[in-house]
Amino acid sequence: MSQSIWLTGIVIFGTLFGVIGGAAVLVWFERRLLGLWQDRPGPNRVGPFGAGLAIADVIKLFAKEDWVPPFSDRIVFIFAPTAVMIAMLLGFTVVPYAPGIHIADLNIALLFFLGMTSLAVYSVLLGGLASNNKYALLGGLRSAAQMVSYEVFMGLSLMGVVMMSGSFSLVDIVNAQENGWFIISQFLGFFVFVVAGIAESHRLPFDLPEAEHELVAGFHTEYSGMKFGMFMLGEYLGVILISAMITTIFLGGWLGPDFLPPIIWFGLKSFTLVCFFILLRAAIPRPRYDQLMALGWKVMLPLTLVNLMVTGAVILMMEA
Amino acid sequence: MTAVIDREGSPGADLREQFPQAAMTEQTTVDAIPTFWVSRRDLIPVLQYLKRQHHFEMLFDLCGVDERLREHRDGIPESDFTVVYQLMSFRNRTDIRIKVALDESDCSVPTIISIWPNANWYEREAWDMYGIEFTGHPNLARILLPPTWEGHALRKDHPARATELPPFKMTEVRQDAEQEALRFRPEDWGMVRKNEHTEFMFLNLGPNHPSVHGVFRIVLQLDGEVIEDAVPEIGYHHRGAEKMGERQTWHTYIPYTDRIDYLAGVMNNLPYVMAVEAMAGIEVPDRAKVIRIMLAELFRISSHLVFYGTFAQDVGQMSPVFYMFADRERLFGIIEAITGGRMHPAWFRIGGVAQDLPEGWRKLVGDFVDAMPKRLDHYQKMAMQNSILKQRTVDIGIYTRQEALDWGITGPGLRATGMDFDLRRDRPYGGYDQFDFEVPVFQNGDCYDRAMVRIEEIRQSLSIIRQCLDNMPEGPCKSSHRLTTPPPKEQTMHDIETLIHHFLNVSWGPVIPPGECCVPIEATKGINSYYLTSDGGTQSYRTRIRTPSFPHLQQIPLISRGLLIADLIAILASIDFVMADVDR
Repeated sequence: MSQSIWLTGIVIFGTLFGVIGGAAVLVWFERRLLGLWQDRPGPNRVGPFGAGLAIADVIKLFAKEDWVPPFSDRIVFIFAPTAVMIAMLLGFTVVPYAPGIHIADLNIALLFFLGMTSLAVYSVLLGGLASNNKYALLGGLRSAAQMVSYEVFMGLSLMGVVMMSGSFSLVDIVNAQENGWFIISQFLGFFVFVVAGIAESHRLPFDLPEAEHELVAGFHTEYSGMKFGMFMLGEYLGVILISAMITTIFLGGWLGPDFLPPIIWFGLKSFTLVCFFILLRAAIPRPRYDQLMALGWKVMLPLTLVNLMVTGAVILMMEA
Repeated sequence: MTAVIDREGSPGADLREQFPQAAMTEQTTVDAIPTFWVSRRDLIPVLQYLKRQHHFEMLFDLCGVDERLREHRDGIPESDFTVVYQLMSFRNRTDIRIKVALDESDCSVPTIISIWPNANWYEREAWDMYGIEFTGHPNLARILLPPTWEGHALRKDHPARATELPPFKMTEVRQDAEQEALRFRPEDWGMVRKNEHTEFMFLNLGPNHPSVHGVFRIVLQLDGEVIEDAVPEIGYHHRGAEKMGERQTWHTYIPYTDRIDYLAGVMNNLPYVMAVEAMAGIEVPDRAKVIRIMLAELFRISSHLVFYGTFAQDVGQMSPVFYMFADRERLFGIIEAITGGRMHPAWFRIGGVAQDLPEGWRKLVGDFVDAMPKRLDHYQKMAMQNSILKQRTVDIGIYTRQEALDWGITGPGLRATGMDFDLRRDRPYGGYDQFDFEVPVFQNGDCYDRAMVRIEEIRQSLSIIRQCLDNMPEGPCKSSHRLTTPPPKEQTMHDIETLIHHFLNVSWGPVIPPGECCVPIEATKGINSYYLTSDGGTQSYRTRIRTPSFPHLQQIPLISRGLLIADLIAILASIDFVMADVDR
C-alpha cells in the first residue's frame, strides 16, 4: 500500500471515466463488429464510422422521459438499476492494471470481486419483481435461478488458481504467473470461469432473463430512459469487468514481452476477450432455461470439482 | 376395429347407392370436383361415410355462400345460404364437395367437429361471416371480426365499404362497451384460474410480441413457465379480402391476392388466375406456364429463406437471419428486374403473365441458382447442425400424421410427419408435370423436421428453376383470348365486334361465364386454393380463399401443452405462418 494518494486518485478517476466511456463505446463497437460478421454495415451514419453513435445514444437516453410505471413498486424500481452500476464499478476497484496501477490491492480481492458480481444479481431480480409485469417477473425468476446456480461454480472454478498462487490478492495472482499463465495449468478452471462469466453478465447464449424472443425484454421490459441505460451500461461494464478478470487471473494480467508497456498488454488482452464475447453473441443460439440449469449442475459443477481435486492432489504431490 | 371396405369407383355413384332415401342433387362445376347437395338431415351420415369408406382424411375447407342474389342457378336447389364442405383424400388423390342448402329463416346445420376437429374454426368463421349457426358447436363466437361487430360481413346486404355507412362516432358509451369487451376473463376462454395445487398465471402473448410474426395473440395459462393451456386468437390482420373479391373486377383483384401470403408474392396470383382461366376456358401458352413456375419457385425460395432466418432467430441465434435476408435481397433484385416489383409484383395475368422476360434474365437467374447451394451448405453447418439449436427443436412440438390430417395441416408441416404428398408432383397443375424434382419427406413431425423439409425444398426449387432456365419455351407470354387480352388495335378500327370487345374489356373488365371453380396449389406454407363462383358478371360472386396458415394455427394448443414458453416460441417459428394468410 505504498501508492501515493494522488496516484490512487488518478487511477480512480481514470477507471471511472475509462470504463463508463468504454462501455458506451462498446455499445457502438459491438454493433459494428456484429455488422462485420453478419454481412451488413452496422451503424455508420453518425460521425466517422458511426462512432458518434455512442454519444448520440447517451444523449437520447438522458433526454427520454424518465417514466416510472404507476403500478410498480416505486422505490425498488428506482433502486434496481443503480445496484448493477454500483456493484460493477466497485468490482473494478480490485483490478490491477499494471504494476503499481490499481485502486486497492486487497488481500481478499478475489472474494471481493465475487461478492460484487453476486450483488449485481439483485439488480435484475429486484427490477423484475418491482416492475409488476408478468414478462419482467418471468425474467426475474429465470435470472434468480440462473445466477444462483452459476454463482456456485464461478467461485469454485477460481479455487484452483488460489491454491496454486497461495493468495486471494490479484496482484499476487498475476505475479504468480511469471512462469506460465494459469490458462495452461488451470484450463478447466478457465473454461468454467468464462462460461460462468458470460452467465453473470447475462449475454447470449445466457441472456435468458431478457430473452427478447420469449419475454419481450425480460426483467427490464418496463424500464425506459436512463434507468434502462443503467441496465445496459451495467451489462457492458459486466463484460469489461469479466474480461479484465479473466485477463488478470488466467492470462497473466499485465505480463507480456517488453516491447509494449504492461498496461497496454493488459488492455490488449482484455479487448480481445471483449471481442470474443461479442463473437459468442453472433454465433450461438439460446438454450432453454431448464437445459441451461442442467448444464450448470450436471456438467459445470462436476467439472469444477474434478479440477479442484486434481489441482489439490498435484500440489500435494509436488510438495511431498 | 371394423374392417374398412375400400370402395372403388366414383364416390358419387356409391353415395347414391348408400343413401337412396336422400334427395341428392349433383352439380357440375368447372373444376370437375364431384359436387353434391345433401339435405341437412343427411349431412353427418354422408360425411362420416365419406371419411370412413372413401378415405377423405381431411376437411380441406368449409365455407358459407350467400346465394340470395345469385341469378344463374340452373340445376341447383333453392337456397338462401349454402354451407360448402370440401374434403380431400390423400390416399385416392381426389376431392369431393358437399353442399347444404339453408333457408334464411332457419340458418343452422349440425357441427362436424366430431368428424374433423379442424371444423371448429371454419364453422366459427362461417358463423362470423354469414350468421350460419352450427348446432352443438362448443364455442360459436366471432373469430375474425371483433366481438362487438354488428351484422355478418360477407352477407350480400352487408356494406362493403365505410362510405356506405353513416359517419363513425366513438361515443363514450360505445368506448366503454368496446373496452369492456376487451376485458380478459379466463373462463370465457375456457381456462381455469386455479386448481387445488396452483393458482395459474395468465400471460398474454401478443398481438404484439417479437415472436408471433405479425399480429397474433395467444393467451397462455401458466404454471411457473410450464404451459397448461394455450388459446390462440386471430383476426387482428383481417382485411376482408374475400369481400373485396366481390367488388373488384376479375383483373383488378389480382393485386389483392399478392397480399394474402405476403411472403409468397406472385405465388398467390397463381391459383386465382388459374381458377379464372378455367372458368373462361383460356389456354395458357407454354412459355407463360414456365415463366409462372419459375417465378413461383423463386418466391418459394424467398419465403423459405425468411422462414429459415426467423426460425434460427427465434431460438436465439442472432446471425443467420442477416445472411438469409441478404440472399432474399439478391432474389428480390432478380424479381425486380423481371417484374418491376419486389414483394407484391401482382405480375400474373389471366391468361399468362404481364410481360415477357427482360433481356439478361438468364444470367441473373443462372448466377443465383449457381451460388445458392453452396450458401445453403454453409447455413446448414451454421444453424441446423448447431447442437443448441437441435436441443431446442428436436422432439419439440410433435404431431403425428393422423393428427396432422385431422387438423387440416398441409404442406411442409404435413411432409414432416412422413406424408409423401406434394400437389406439384401428385396432382400437377399449371405445367408442373413437365418438371423433375423430389419431394423431401421427414419422419418425426417435430420443429426440427418441419424446418428441414423447408430447407430441402429450397434445393428442389433451385433445381426446378434450373430446369426452367434450360428449357424455356419460345412463344407468347400471354394468351390472346379476348377475355384477357384486348384485340389488336389495327383490327378494332375495321370491325365493330372487336371494337366492342375492346371497349367492354377495358371499361368494365371481362365478363366470365357463370360457374364454379376451385384451384388448389402447393403454396409455400401448404395448400392454398381459390374457390371462385361467377354469376356471369364482371366480378366474382363469391371468392373463397382457403389458406394453409389458418388451420395450422388452430392446432397450436394441441402441441404446446406441457411445454415451456421457450418451446412455444420454437413451435411458432417452425409453423411458418403469415398472419395475413390466416385472417385474409
